[in-house]
Amino acid sequence: MERDDMTTQTTTQTAAIARAATSTTGIVAAMAAGLLLLFLSGYAQATILHDAAHDQRHAMAFPCH
Amino acid sequence: MSMKLLTSAVFAGLAAGLIAALLQFSFVTSSLLEGELYEAGEKVHFAVDGTPQSPRGGAEVDLAAEPVRYGLTVAFNIVTYTGFGLLLVALMALAETKKLTKITPRQGLIWGLAGFVAIQLAPAMGQPPVLPGSVGAEIGPRQAWWLATLLSAGLAMWLLAFGRGLWPWLAIPLLLVPQIIGAPVLDTYFGVTPAELAASFAAMSLGYSAAGWAALGFFAAYFYSRQEA
Repeated sequence: MERDDMTTQTTTQTAAIARAATSTTGIVAAMAAGLLLLFLSGYAQATILHDAAHDQRHAMAFPCH
Repeated sequence: MSMKLLTSAVFAGLAAGLIAALLQFSFVTSSLLEGELYEAGEKVHFAVDGTPQSPRGGAEVDLAAEPVRYGLTVAFNIVTYTGFGLLLVALMALAETKKLTKITPRQGLIWGLAGFVAIQLAPAMGQPPVLPGSVGAEIGPRQAWWLATLLSAGLAMWLLAFGRGLWPWLAIPLLLVPQIIGAPVLDTYFGVTPAELAASFAAMSLGYSAAGWAALGFFAAYFYSRQEA
């Protein structure tokens, strides 16, 4: 019985720690994904990307060429 | 990444990107196309025949004529606003995790406008939106100044919103210093487009992105606050 309680407690603690960790990781991951998309749409100089994004880059005033 | 952040950013990016693309076609693209006529030399302002005028217009948006070009504009509006949306919801989650605020859709509107000030307006004061046909300084230093300016202005917005004690005052130098340093510019003017066209394009671009950012902030906060973690 006591052992069960301890197990439950440990599981709850582990879950709480995991949740907190996911939240920080989630925030960092969301930022990384956002920066990747913005690099492609606004910053990358590859000609094919530049031409495809041309009108939108001008309208958003991304410094593109 | 948590599903909550991902889905709110994607929905908000989709909504704001579609609204922005519609506004872009209605108000921005025609001056861009007209600028390209001057860039390509099809129209010449201050022509050699001595006339100081050139006729207004001559470029209309025709979605059916260039479906790929305009389709890509829609796609990249969505990609760009989803990218900014991911950053916005990440910062919203950070603010809530740190118990600085509780996100509501109306508050999201203010987040969006703060994003507009940081990402569009502050860099645009040194590097106004440029029409095709303009020649600028070297791309590398301009991108560096642009990035430094928007990061500095973004931090300023955060401090104004959430800074305690004397921290919000730091926003003033953060906003001023990039402008005092100044964006890299050429020491000559090269523009081949009429000044009125370039001015109208720059102002319309800023208005278009203000609306896009307001929509992004609102939708990001709306989808973010609707979902349970």
